[in-house]
Amino acid sequence: MSTPATTHFRAKEFRLGSFLFTGLTGAATFLILAILVVILTDVVIHGLPNLSWRFVSTIPKKDIFDPATTGILPMIVGTTIRVLLMTIFVLPVGVITAVYLTEYAPNTALLTRIIRAAVNNLAGVPSVVFGLFGLGFFINFVGKNLDAILHNGSQAWGQPSLIWASLTLAVMTLPVVIVATEESLKAVPPGLREASLALGATKLKTIVKIVLPQALPGILTGGILSISRAAGEVAPILFTGVAYYMSTLPTHLTDQFMDLGYDVFVLSTQSPNIDKTQPILYATVLVLLILTFALNIVAILIRSNMRRKMRLLQ
Amino acid sequence: MSETPKTEARRTQGWMGIHRGHNARPLEWLAEKGILVVSLTAIVMVFLIFAFVTREALPLLLGQMNSAARQAVIPVADLDKIPPEKLRAYLELTPEQFKAMDRDTKELLMQTKVDAAKEAPEDKDAGVNTTEWRYLLLPHQWTGYDRPSYIWQPVSTIKKYNLVPLIVGSIKATFVALLFAVPLALAAAIYVSQLSRPQYKEIIKPAIELLSGIPSVVVGFFALIVMATVLQKIFGYESRLNAFVAGIALGFAIIPVVFSIAEDSLTSVPRSFTQAALALGASRWQAAWQVVLPAALPGVFAAVVLGFGRAMGETMIVLLASGNASIMSWNLFDSTRTITATIAAEMGEVVAGGDHYRILFLIGAMLFVVTFFSNMAAVLVMDRLKKRLEGKT
Repeated sequence: MSTPATTHFRAKEFRLGSFLFTGLTGAATFLILAILVVILTDVVIHGLPNLSWRFVSTIPKKDIFDPATTGILPMIVGTTIRVLLMTIFVLPVGVITAVYLTEYAPNTALLTRIIRAAVNNLAGVPSVVFGLFGLGFFINFVGKNLDAILHNGSQAWGQPSLIWASLTLAVMTLPVVIVATEESLKAVPPGLREASLALGATKLKTIVKIVLPQALPGILTGGILSISRAAGEVAPILFTGVAYYMSTLPTHLTDQFMDLGYDVFVLSTQSPNIDKTQPILYATVLVLLILTFALNIVAILIRSNMRRKMRLLQ
Repeated sequence: MSETPKTEARRTQGWMGIHRGHNARPLEWLAEKGILVVSLTAIVMVFLIFAFVTREALPLLLGQMNSAARQAVIPVADLDKIPPEKLRAYLELTPEQFKAMDRDTKELLMQTKVDAAKEAPEDKDAGVNTTEWRYLLLPHQWTGYDRPSYIWQPVSTIKKYNLVPLIVGSIKATFVALLFAVPLALAAAIYVSQLSRPQYKEIIKPAIELLSGIPSVVVGFFALIVMATVLQKIFGYESRLNAFVAGIALGFAIIPVVFSIAEDSLTSVPRSFTQAALALGASRWQAAWQVVLPAALPGVFAAVVLGFGRAMGETMIVLLASGNASIMSWNLFDSTRTITATIAAEMGEVVAGGDHYRILFLIGAMLFVVTFFSNMAAVLVMDRLKKRLEGKT
């Protein structure tokens, strides 16, 4: 068909194209990784020298912008409490939904598809809309009605507080828990279920005694991922419970709280002297990153371990 | 899943997928129904989000709000002439409050209204209800402006609620984000799924996952403190914070989303496609570019749509890095205010139940609807693609 010269020419063209294409896509990948590295390095270089035990363990008196006396203990405590409360709400609901979806739901039924679509949608709702939802539903509807019933109209529940922020975050992270748990439930070999059923256990007993313990690492991953996602979110708590400044730590569910992410926002935008407060800003960002990243890395490790096991079983 | 096919066939499938006649004890039967009920939470929540965000915006949608600075006044002498229901609405009272009030108090309230009207600004726009749709969406020539313009100025004597500058702001930032993130994420997805060595994949995928683990407030902080200065030096534009900086930072946040969906759909293209192309003499990149990518194209589309929804809805990054001036301009290098940033910045200072409060809920509801449909579209496309590819193997 073609002369040797043209085939030679073609083959050469292939190599050049191949080189360019692989090079370009590889460069893009490298650039993305570089973004990650640059952000992390910048935060660590500027944040680490300013991080001290005093800073982490001090409750600021009055002025949160004074680098010499301020601290972030109430922010760390607030963030921790709100995410832990959130897990109490979200884990049971998420795990049970995942159990229904993998163990009971007929795959093609309309209801199953609607549940899946709802989970997908929930994952895509903008975080600030969750904040509006928390304000419109939890505070203005549930809270106000609780006040009317329990407190004769005096204000206790119908205002931004820890519990409403946690519930809002729980709704937001529900898809994270469901997806992670589902994955781990699917990884449990069907043989285990069949063996248990063959021995006379009921379906529910099989799930509780056999399937769930096997899937525990995956459920744990889901919990950790949801905590890490929620710990860094600021938009949903803006109107549902975060406080600009509090002199004491929160003690009650209806208290407001201070928050690490919100503190980063306040320090970046409302500082009277940005050059003076930059060190504490970087230190706060570093603490927030350590918190979310440590959790993320643990989750990634557990999951890759789980996937390896799954591959071995198959 | 747990039963063998034979037993499955004999059993009729009962209500909502729980097998009828499967031998659960009464308590367990109850627990299983409980599981079903709990698993409906996700559906209920999506519904509640829509219902309660719209509920707060409802009086606005129904045209019941009046934000005019100078309201029409009813003289105190007319107290007995107008119907009580109208009077109640005029005095802005709840039915209970209205019932509990005696005549003198009502008169007093009406007198306050009359007095307030005397002090109202003598502006030609003072009598305008700015929450009507034409003021929300169309340009209007306000006093002091030389031509009709789109103005968002909710805190002033005449409250101006034109939504167009905010919508344009969101679109600008999203456009930059997509322009920056989609090519990068897509190229990386092709590289990781088709061209790179498996060992690299083991490192790159978790690393990009980590990028999505950076809280958006931290990305926003980085854009504000570091990137804004660097980019200004490179491009030499005037305002330090603008849609461009915010868009690039938004890009950081959506790269992981676009990457993971695109990578997922590229990987789900059967190996046999690539193998056939290679056997016909194509090089690896030709197989990737001309065979695998077209087959996975709907997935790529879904990735872009999801990225769009995420970028529209991202809040903290734009709040920190876009400059937040509600200027009506298509210039990417002007300071910009987006829908999400407006909600986040202004909700803290509004009067609950006031017109500003309701407007913020209205734009929140709009945002929800936009992301809802872009999500649905992406999910449908992905489902179709999966089915088609599985059918072909």
